[in-house]
Amino acid sequence: MSTPLIEIRSAPHVKAPRTVEMIMRHVVWSLLPICAFYVVQYGISALASIVVVTATCLLTEKFFIRTGTQSGQLTDYSAAITGLLLALTLPPGFPLWMGAVAGLVAIVLGKAIFGGIGHNLFNPALVGRAFVQAAFPTSIATYTPSFLTGRFTEFIPSSVAWPLMIPADTVVWMQSKQLDALAGATPLAKWKFDGVMANAVELLTSLSGHMAVGPAPALVLLCGLYLALRRFMDWRIPVAILGSAALTAWLLYAVDSTRYPNPFFMLFSGGLILGAVYMATDMVTSPVTPRGMWVYGALIGLLTVVIRYYSGLPEGVMYAILLGNAASPLIERITQPLTFGRGAPGRSREGTPGYVSRTDADAAIPKKRFLRNKPKK
Amino acid sequence: MNSFPGTGYEGKNWTEFMEGIWERNPVFVMVLGMCPTLAVTVSAINSISMGLATTFVMAASCWLVSLLRHQIPKEVRIATYIVIIATFVTVVDYAIQAISLDMYEALGAYIQLIVANCLVLGRAEAHAARNAPLPAALNGLGMGLGFTLGLVMIGGVREILGAGTLLGFSLFGANFQPWVVMVLPPGGFFVMGGWLLVFALVRARRERAAVAAQET
Repeated sequence: MSTPLIEIRSAPHVKAPRTVEMIMRHVVWSLLPICAFYVVQYGISALASIVVVTATCLLTEKFFIRTGTQSGQLTDYSAAITGLLLALTLPPGFPLWMGAVAGLVAIVLGKAIFGGIGHNLFNPALVGRAFVQAAFPTSIATYTPSFLTGRFTEFIPSSVAWPLMIPADTVVWMQSKQLDALAGATPLAKWKFDGVMANAVELLTSLSGHMAVGPAPALVLLCGLYLALRRFMDWRIPVAILGSAALTAWLLYAVDSTRYPNPFFMLFSGGLILGAVYMATDMVTSPVTPRGMWVYGALIGLLTVVIRYYSGLPEGVMYAILLGNAASPLIERITQPLTFGRGAPGRSREGTPGYVSRTDADAAIPKKRFLRNKPKK
Repeated sequence: MNSFPGTGYEGKNWTEFMEGIWERNPVFVMVLGMCPTLAVTVSAINSISMGLATTFVMAASCWLVSLLRHQIPKEVRIATYIVIIATFVTVVDYAIQAISLDMYEALGAYIQLIVANCLVLGRAEAHAARNAPLPAALNGLGMGLGFTLGLVMIGGVREILGAGTLLGFSLFGANFQPWVVMVLPPGGFFVMGGWLLVFALVRARRERAAVAAQET
């Protein structure tokens, strides 16, 4: 009764317990420091926003799993990730009832109608955000400054609006705190509409002053690095997105440095880092082929810069990633790696064996080939 | 033979009439005439006007097509139907212009486009051309009313969420936050999809109940 020295079995030979639940759990853990810093920045309103949005996502997911119309389980953490990411992309003073609408739409339209985890075409969190962007364009563009005094005892007035009702005007509230309206604008909006640039350290850490960006890019990069090192996320996608965005921005900056901002500002001034690290790398909605990842990332980076520069919106990451998601099945198709032993598709190498598997043969090789060696009757 | 409910026996004509309202509702079951369904349903009143205009055109053209069904040569029947439908659309067009210019402007080109509504042509070809004038007219009327019902169900939801009103009456007071997306074209798709989902759930539940009843 000794244990066998050699274990013989067929592939896959992966020994580590790499399940969907485990990867998702690690993503949630890596999101927690970002959420914590976000709460420190914006106080009780940000906390309430995160709780409400995540709870809505979980409850909606629970409902659809109970009715049996959706695959997956609540314990696979995917709805929690959707909720946390969605809350991080919304302004801190976003009315809580609108946050609940966003969470509901994210799970229903982003995930449940496609059949649950693993079947969705678009990133659920971004679907939810795109819906509220279209439904409540004023509220989603209303940012408030971070590190206000009394942020842990007092809600931002807009966030506690009654359901279906117009939220309170934050401009009046900010005036009572001796802040001008410009303090509430995001760096991108400031650049786009007022031509004001922010300095580099502020952009990276969002620690100093009343900067109204979302989560700190440096922290997001750090948490993303952890995921990439543990191989829970493919490093190619963020690198491709940031590289392509930087290259496009740098080219435009080189052409006309008075009109376009520098590439560094482009990379760190908005949601690009969060989008590149956490949204675009969603395994369901991004290509699986390595070459496809580069194409996908490059497309998103290019689109982000183009939307930021040439459209009416100050921020373009959301639409860029959604368009990238839509393109990823096509990207996967055209970047399929070659099967070992076969030449480039379309021309069969001379001297290859007559046997071609059914899937490999596809349409390139006539079906007669299969019958050639059949015994004659 | 011509019977109506309450007279003792319910016959073919009642079935013809009810077919379009529920069982084969043009909007939610047959999914025909999507162009006006998605485009003009920004408010309940627009939906009612559009629906009633289509109802008139359908009932009248189905009746006339049925009346002329033996005279129309088979080879040019579609063109003939279109001419008949276009006649009634012109009547409706001028009528709405005379009744309410505001409504005429709100509905825009979609009144004239009733001519191209596949629902009207479809009923003329599939039903009116094979049936007697009375059942054909009743079927057209029922289909039209079913279409109106569908448009109002979509338009009502879009108006409530998009403007906080229903038929112009404010529901939530002055402080209502309008959902901008609901009065834009995507809102039409969202609400349409939502209703289709509701009906699919109802149908699935009813089928399950029927299976369960059979088993016991």
